[in-house]
Amino acid sequence: MRERYIYFSQFRHKKVFKYNLFICNKKVQHLPELIIKNLSASVEGKQILKGVNLTVKGGEIHALMGPNGAGKSTLGNVLIGHPNYVINGGSIILDGKDLTGKTPEERARAGLFLAFQSPVAVVGVKLSAFMRAAYKQVHPEDKSKLSEFYDRMKIHMKKVGLDESFMSRSVNDGFSGGERKRFEILQMMILRPKIVVLDEIDSGLDVDALKLVAEEIKEYYSQEVGFLIITHYQRILKDIEPEFVHILKDGKIVMDGDNSLSLRIEEEGYDWIKNTA
Amino acid sequence: METEYSKEEEMEKLLEDLKKSNVRKEDWEFHDNLQPVYSTGAGLNRKIVEEISEIKKEPDWMRRFRLKALEIFQSKPVPTWGPDLSGIDWENTKYYTRPDEITTNNWDEVPDQIKDTFKKLGVPEMEQKYLAGSVAQYDSEGVYHNLRKVWEDKGVLFMDLDLALKTHPDLVKDYFCKAVPPTDNKFAALNGAVWSGGSFLYVPKGVKIDMPLQTYFRMNGEQTGQFEHTIVVADEGSSVHYIEGCTAPRYEKNSLHSAIVEIYVNKNAHARYTSVQNWSKSVYNMPTKRAWVEENGQMEWVGGSLGSKVTMLYPSSYLRGPHASAHNLNVSLAGPGTIKDTGAKALHLAPYTSSRIVAKSISIEDGKAIYRGLLRMNKGAVHSKSHVQCDALLINDESQSFTFPHDEIYEPTATFGHEATVGRIGTDELTYLRSRGLSEDEASSMIVLGFLDDVMKEIPMEFAVEMNRLIKLEMNKLGAVG
Repeated sequence: MRERYIYFSQFRHKKVFKYNLFICNKKVQHLPELIIKNLSASVEGKQILKGVNLTVKGGEIHALMGPNGAGKSTLGNVLIGHPNYVINGGSIILDGKDLTGKTPEERARAGLFLAFQSPVAVVGVKLSAFMRAAYKQVHPEDKSKLSEFYDRMKIHMKKVGLDESFMSRSVNDGFSGGERKRFEILQMMILRPKIVVLDEIDSGLDVDALKLVAEEIKEYYSQEVGFLIITHYQRILKDIEPEFVHILKDGKIVMDGDNSLSLRIEEEGYDWIKNTA
Repeated sequence: METEYSKEEEMEKLLEDLKKSNVRKEDWEFHDNLQPVYSTGAGLNRKIVEEISEIKKEPDWMRRFRLKALEIFQSKPVPTWGPDLSGIDWENTKYYTRPDEITTNNWDEVPDQIKDTFKKLGVPEMEQKYLAGSVAQYDSEGVYHNLRKVWEDKGVLFMDLDLALKTHPDLVKDYFCKAVPPTDNKFAALNGAVWSGGSFLYVPKGVKIDMPLQTYFRMNGEQTGQFEHTIVVADEGSSVHYIEGCTAPRYEKNSLHSAIVEIYVNKNAHARYTSVQNWSKSVYNMPTKRAWVEENGQMEWVGGSLGSKVTMLYPSSYLRGPHASAHNLNVSLAGPGTIKDTGAKALHLAPYTSSRIVAKSISIEDGKAIYRGLLRMNKGAVHSKSHVQCDALLINDESQSFTFPHDEIYEPTATFGHEATVGRIGTDELTYLRSRGLSEDEASSMIVLGFLDDVMKEIPMEFAVEMNRLIKLEMNKLGAVG
C-alpha cells in the first residue's frame, strides 16, 4: 500500500517560476537543506505528529496544507523547538546538523526561522532593541554599528509597510493582526534565515496586505533560501506559486503534488483526499 | 541621524566592554584585610555613644542629642509589622569603626588599600567623567570628598557631615534631624545615637547644578553597622541631583545598615535623589529617607534596590507648601532568599500638592517583593492629586509579590488613584524571543529590563549600565527560567 499519493496536474510541464531569477554568475557553493525525518511529536501527552517526512532545499518553495487539527501548526512549533512540544521520534536536520534536541536559539542561529501563526506580545521589550540583539546572535560576523543597523532596518520596515514609530514600541504589543504578520516578515528579512517556515502567514491579512507580504516573500526568495509555507487556504499560494504542495492529515503527509493540488483543494476542500486515502 | 542613537550606541558599547571584562557579582563582594584604626567593639550602651562623640570632638548639643536618641532607641520595640528582623544581632554589631585618621580632598592621600577598593568599584573614573563632586565613605567615616571649583565658588557645600559639623555648625544644627526626629522609629533613633559620616550638601539660593553629585558608601567590616546621616538642602529656586551608591562584601554574619537621609526642598527648588543599593546578601538595610517640600518645590526619588538580605525602605515626601510635588520611582529586585519591603509615603499637607508613585518589583525564585505605601491627604489640601502605580514581575512559580497600600484621605476635593499589575515571564514569550536567536538568559533579562525601562531612562547612563549588568548577573544564576 502506498503511503503517499502523488497528485500532478496535466500542466506540470509549464513550470511557472517567473520570479526565480537568481543571479547566475554567482556560484552557489552549497544549498541549504532541511530534512524532516519520520518526525513524531506530542503536546500535553497527546500524539499530534505521527511520522512526518519532508525535505526542503534552497531554491524550493513547499506548501503544507491540511484540514484543521491535522498538526500543521504543531509542525511549525516542533521545528522551532517550543518547549511545550515533545519530540517522540525522528529527527530534524539542517545542513547535516542534527537540530532535534537543540534549543530554539540554536535552531535560529543555524538558520531556521518560523513566522508564528499568532506572534505573542512581549510587553516592555522594545522592537528595535530586540531586533538588534537577535541580529547580533544570528550574524555575529557582522560588526556594523547600531545606527547602520537601524538605518537598514528602517528600509525594510518601509517595504513591509510598518511605520518607523514601531521601532520604539514593545514587541507585538497592541499590534493589529496584520501588523504582527508584517513584523514577522520584517524579522525574516533582517535575520536572513536559510530555511523559512511561514505558519498561516495569510491569516489576519486583508487582500492588499497579503499582496504586499507575498511580494516580500518573493523578493527574499532565492536559490539560497528554502520555504515551507503552512496554510489552510489556497489564496496566498496564488501569488507565491509553490513548486511542491503537501497535504498533512492526521499527523502524516498523505499526498504530494504541485500547485494544481492546492487549486483543487480550493475548489473541493479536503474531503476527497480522505476518499483516495 | 548621528545623534539619534548615540546614547543607545554608547550603552551598547559599555555593555560589550563589560561582557569582555567578565565581571562577576563576587567582584563587589571582595573583602579588604584592613585593620580599623579604631572601633568601639561590639554592643551598644551610653558609654560607647559618649565615646563616639568624644572621638569626633563634637559640640555638646550633639552629644546630648545622641544620648537622648539612645534612650529612645532602647525604649522602642523592634517593629514586627513587616519582615522578620530577628536575624539582626544587636549585641554583636560593631556600631562604630574608623578605617583611618584622615579625611581628605586629595585622592592621592587616601590610603592605598581604600583607594584600590574604590578604584575597583569605578568611583574615581565616574567622578572624572560626569560628576560635579563626590564623597567616599568607608565603614563609618568619610575618607574623601571633592567638589568642582565652579560650584565651590558659587557657595555650594559638599562634604561629609562630620566635617560640616565642624566647619558649618549652625547650618547643620538648623537641619539636623528636623525631618526625621529620633522619635520617628527605632532605626532612626539608632542612627541618631551612633550616626557617623554621610554627606552634607547645601545648594544656595538660585544655584542650579547641572551635573550630579555622588556619595559612595562601602561597608567592609564583618558585623559592622553603617549609620550614615545625609542632609541635602536645596535652597530657594535651586536645583540639584544627588546620587548614592552602596556596596559591601559578603559575610556569613549579618551586617546592619541604618541610614537617615533628609532632604529639604525649599520654595521653587528642585531636588532629585537617586540611589542604587547593591548591598551583599548579609545586610539588613533599614534606612529612613524623608523630604520636606515647600511651596512649588519639586522632589524626585529614584531608587534601585538590588542587593541586601532584607530591605525596608519607604522614601517619604511631606508636601508642606502649595503646589509642592513629589515623584517616586522605585525598582526592587527581590533575589533568591531576600525580602524587599519597599514603597513610598506621600503626605499632602497643603493645597494643590501632587504626588506620583511608580513602584516596580521583580521577584526571583523565592524572593519576596512587597509594596507598602502610605498616602495621606489632610483636610485643607484642596485639589491635591496623587497616583500610585505598582507593577510586579514574577520570574518563577514560587516567587511572591504583595501590595499593601494605605490611604488616609480627609479632603473631599482631593483625587487619587491606584493601579497594580502582576506579570509573569511566560514560556510563549521566552520561546518567541529565543526563536530569533536570543539565549534564554538574554531573553529573560531583556523582558526584565524592558519592564524597568521607564526607570532606566531616569538614571544616569553609568548607573543604568550597572543596573543592567547586575540584573543580568542575577538572571544568569538562575539556570532554568519560566
